[in-house]
Amino acid sequence: MESSFSSPRNDSFPAGLRVLVVDDDPTWLKILEKMLKKCSYEVTTCGLAREALNLLREKKDGYDIVVSDVNMPDMDGFKLLEHVGLEMDLPVIMMSVDGETSRVMKGVQHGACDYLLKPIRMKELRNIWQHVFRKKIHEIRDIESHESIEGIQLIRNGSDQYDEGYFFSAEDLTSSRKRKDVDNKYDDKDFSDCSSTKKARVVWSVDLHQKFVKAVHQIGFDKVGPKKILDLMNVPWLTRENVASHLQKYRLYLSRLQKENDIKSSFGGTKHSDYSSKDLQGILSVQNSINIQQNDVAHGSYRFSGNNLVAQNADPKSNEGDIKGIVSEPVAEPKKGTTSNIPDSQKTRSSQMDFNSSYTETKKGLVGNVPHSQKIRSSQMCVNHSFASVESEVNLTAFDSTIPATYSWNQIQLEKEHKPLIQLNNGFSKPPLPGPQHHFQADQLQSIPSISSRPSIPGGDVTGSSKSKPSYSEYTNHHGSCVSPTISPTISPTISATDSFPGQTKSCVVDHQVSETISTSTSNMKNQGINLSIDLESAQRNLILGSTSPFASLDDEFQICWYQGDCYGMNLELQNIEFSECTDPTHVTEVPAHLYDALRFEYPCDPSEYCVLDQGLFIA
Amino acid sequence: MERNQLQRQVALKRSSLFEQQFLDPQQFVQLEDLEDDANPNFVEEIVTLFYKDSARLFQKIEQTMQSRPIDFGKLDDYMHQFKGSSSSIGAIKVKNECSQFKEFCLAGNAEGCFWAFQRVKQEHHTLRIQLESYFQLRKQAGLVRHV
Repeated sequence: MESSFSSPRNDSFPAGLRVLVVDDDPTWLKILEKMLKKCSYEVTTCGLAREALNLLREKKDGYDIVVSDVNMPDMDGFKLLEHVGLEMDLPVIMMSVDGETSRVMKGVQHGACDYLLKPIRMKELRNIWQHVFRKKIHEIRDIESHESIEGIQLIRNGSDQYDEGYFFSAEDLTSSRKRKDVDNKYDDKDFSDCSSTKKARVVWSVDLHQKFVKAVHQIGFDKVGPKKILDLMNVPWLTRENVASHLQKYRLYLSRLQKENDIKSSFGGTKHSDYSSKDLQGILSVQNSINIQQNDVAHGSYRFSGNNLVAQNADPKSNEGDIKGIVSEPVAEPKKGTTSNIPDSQKTRSSQMDFNSSYTETKKGLVGNVPHSQKIRSSQMCVNHSFASVESEVNLTAFDSTIPATYSWNQIQLEKEHKPLIQLNNGFSKPPLPGPQHHFQADQLQSIPSISSRPSIPGGDVTGSSKSKPSYSEYTNHHGSCVSPTISPTISPTISATDSFPGQTKSCVVDHQVSETISTSTSNMKNQGINLSIDLESAQRNLILGSTSPFASLDDEFQICWYQGDCYGMNLELQNIEFSECTDPTHVTEVPAHLYDALRFEYPCDPSEYCVLDQGLFIA
Repeated sequence: MERNQLQRQVALKRSSLFEQQFLDPQQFVQLEDLEDDANPNFVEEIVTLFYKDSARLFQKIEQTMQSRPIDFGKLDDYMHQFKGSSSSIGAIKVKNECSQFKEFCLAGNAEGCFWAFQRVKQEHHTLRIQLESYFQLRKQAGLVRHV
């Protein structure tokens, strides 16, 4: 999965960097092409997002970085961004004439490495190679953290030179010190060192991905791990690292699907407009009673990697009112590979969601670095997850930015008094909070599924399932209040159904132990609960890249999905997210500190093709 | 001698374009810097491309303004595109008029939009005249290399 820098241009890096420029404005396209050529980069231009995706898919390893405009006629730049991040895992730089903070934030939330304002200066373009470089480094770290979570302490990436920098103990995944070490290490090293040890990028073909998914299902989501998957897949040339990073992405994808699904589907279990409900089954539903216990979810608890916490961004313009649960992790440096376990929520969600996903979260919580509210295109993000209290790791995909990821959650007010760890952020979460790391911002788009850690929380207590409403209702608190180290509007202990939410109750089981208080945007927190919806289906489909007809049709849908949550493109680092509130102490799974960094989401195995989450995940 | 004079004229013209805020020197100079043997007339090419593309956008805007009810969102989008485009050559006055137009769009003020659009077109046209004369001077002064 690592992109290979072993091409001849290695010697004079960054010269020869292969850039794909996407912009519908022919004037800019020409200018950028010329500018990039002047930087000695290898430039390919493209006027349409779709065309760009085709180019990227055709030559998976053909580009090092993508520079794309935000406003494009055929596809939103943010969507493209997500696609690229998901399918190709390339760094993407966004450009726009609009430098509004919200837009920039959206870009970052969707996973952009950088956001340039037009008119663009040459010197800005000259430095884009740093994003490529950084991503490489982070990939390595990610993989290693995966490995270490698995119990392998030291990962040698085929080179002893990494040893020092990459020694991660399970407890230490998110150590910024380590990160610094690594970075410092690389500062000094010639880039060619890294590249020489890089493996060739793996292309996840449809077949390969199918094997992967099959293996995942076979193993069981609560136990899935790269090594097991690798063993089951029986692909000789594939390495654990490849699987690890693919797993990470997959989880993120699924979480996004879930989110999409939640958003789209009405709370009555209706299908998502764009997806068949079945398809969207994969979405995590948060159970009502949060039973934070390990493997609480009866079948197939999904453990999503932290990345999967869907971060939804509500575009302030359109989504003012959307409530999204955003889990934001104001981590200054995204720690790759931090995982958080989301405790399993015990209960169930209402029938509507048939998603089975449980999040296990470590105490460390979710480190999400996605600030911001984005526009949720269709429905809101309902995040329903059942959180398994199993420790799982969430490995955030390489996320260069240090902006906290915000996960959108439909937050369900936890009955407990403790402050909601989840911050509901209707608008966008603010830029990274330097403070407490784990912040969940929940922007509830819709009824927030109730996240109640207490088993006793009846459905009624919880606000309905989060179905995203097509229109975003206004929530007062967003944007600014979003991500704050301290939860700004704290989630009131009582779960109130917001008017925006249908009466559906979804149980959101979120039991995160967030070290930092999670601020919730009060206004938005009508239902306070955390709902993570992950649209696994779409995620899977997207992964497959339209391999089968159903998938093909989902492509478009998927795109919509992407709008929904931005988690996919973002690197969410879940750290120490604690949702103490709703959970009964007994239910709360205490995740050992060292596991906080790892948030592993597991998804239930659903034998049906990619319909991962057919079963209702949330088991009360 | 005459050539020198012409060259001076070119320089003067160029300065005036900046002073009068037609063009943003930063951006324009960047474009000029991109000129090289491979693209000796790069700036002119870009400007030509810009005007060609803006005609297309203008048409869209006009169509949208004529439809009833007016879709302000679309208008805003198109104008946003145009604004981005005009930033490519560093057109300051044009960009300002675009911003004005966008304000009216946001406010849903149709009349305001009409008025602002006229101004956009006007500035756009004026700039074009200025640039054309500038390029003409350049050619005359032999500053433009013909491939």
